[in-house]
Amino acid sequence: MSINVRIPAPLRKLTDGQSDVSADGATVTSLIDDLEQRHPGLKERLCDDNGGIRPFVNIYLNDEDIRFLDGANSKLNDGDLVSIVPAIAGGS
Amino acid sequence: MDFSEEEIERYSRHIILSEVGGEGQQKLKDAKVFMVGAGGLGSPAALYLAAAGVGTLGIVDLDVVDLSNLQRQILHATPDVGRDKVESAKETLLAINPNITVNTYTERITSANVLDIIGNYDIVMDGSDNFPTRFLMNDACFQLKKPLVSGSMFRFDGQVTVLRGHEPDDPCYRCLYPEPPPADLVPSCQEAGILGVLAGTVGVLQATETIKLILGQGEALVGRLLVYNALEMEFMKVKYRKNPKCLLCGPDPQITELLDYEISCTLQQH
Repeated sequence: MSINVRIPAPLRKLTDGQSDVSADGATVTSLIDDLEQRHPGLKERLCDDNGGIRPFVNIYLNDEDIRFLDGANSKLNDGDLVSIVPAIAGGS
Repeated sequence: MDFSEEEIERYSRHIILSEVGGEGQQKLKDAKVFMVGAGGLGSPAALYLAAAGVGTLGIVDLDVVDLSNLQRQILHATPDVGRDKVESAKETLLAINPNITVNTYTERITSANVLDIIGNYDIVMDGSDNFPTRFLMNDACFQLKKPLVSGSMFRFDGQVTVLRGHEPDDPCYRCLYPEPPPADLVPSCQEAGILGVLAGTVGVLQATETIKLILGQGEALVGRLLVYNALEMEFMKVKYRKNPKCLLCGPDPQITELLDYEISCTLQQH
C-alpha cells in the first residue's frame, strides 16, 4: 500500500527537502510510524509524548481533517493523499 | 447612493458588474474594516481595499518602517524608512483614494484594548506576525461576533481562511488549531525568511474574501483552509468544521475571557 504524504515547508529538513513522500500504513498512526522509519525525527514534530497529534499540526486525509474522521485511527486506502498542515503565523 | 461624479467614475468598473452595482459600491463605502498589521499581508490588502472604496480602514501597527520591510511591504517606500508604519500606510492609501477614512493605531494590541479598538469595525483582517495575536484576534472577534479574515505565511507557503465562530455552524481559529505551538517550536522570524511576493498573493486573497463578505457575494472561504505553495504553484483547499470540543466556540466553552499568550517571536522587525 502506498500513501502519498505532503510534507510542509517547516518539516522538509527531515525529508531531504522533498515536499511529497511515499509511506505505508493502514491507519494514520501506522503511517506516522512508517514515516518515522523513513525520515527519523518526523514523528516527534507531529505527535506529543503520549502519541497524540499536536494541536497546532493538522493532518488531512484527502481534503478532510482527520479530527473529524477517526482521528489518528482513521483508515487509509492505497492512493490516499495525506497532507500535513501546521499552523503558521507569519504576516509581516 | 451618495456618490460624487468623481466616485461614480472611479468605481465605474465595479458599478458595471451586476454583482456589485451601485448598491454593492455603497456597501463598500459604508464598510469599516480593521487590519491587524501594516506589513507584508496588510500592505497589498489595504491597497486593494482602499482602491475598492472601502469607506473606513483601521490599521494597527507598532513598528516603524525598516529597510528590510520594503522587499514586500508595498505600502511603504524608501523615503518612509524610520517613519511609523501606520502613518506611511495612511499617506499611501489616501493618495490612492482620498474619499476614504483611515484610522491609525500605534500600539500593541492586547486583551486590554482589543475590544475597544475593533468594536466599531464590521470585519477584521488578520495580518499579524505571531500566534498570540492570532489567538487573541480570534477570541475577540468571536466575542464581538465579527468575521475574521485570516492570512498567514511562512517562507514559500501561505494559508487563508475566513473565521465566523460566532455563527452556529461555522468554525473559529481554535477549531482549526486548538492551541498555539510552544515558543521553542516556532522558528524565529529571522530564521524563517519570506518570499516577498508571497505576501502579495496571500494579502490579496484576504482582500478578496473581505470584499466578498462586504458585498454578500459568492461563497465565503468558511470551513475551508486554502493552502498555497508558491514554489510548486499549488493551491490546495482542505475542509474543517466547528469542533464540538472547541474551548471557545463549542457547546461547553472553557475560554470565557481574553488571554494574552507570550509573544514567541523575539525580533521586533523582520
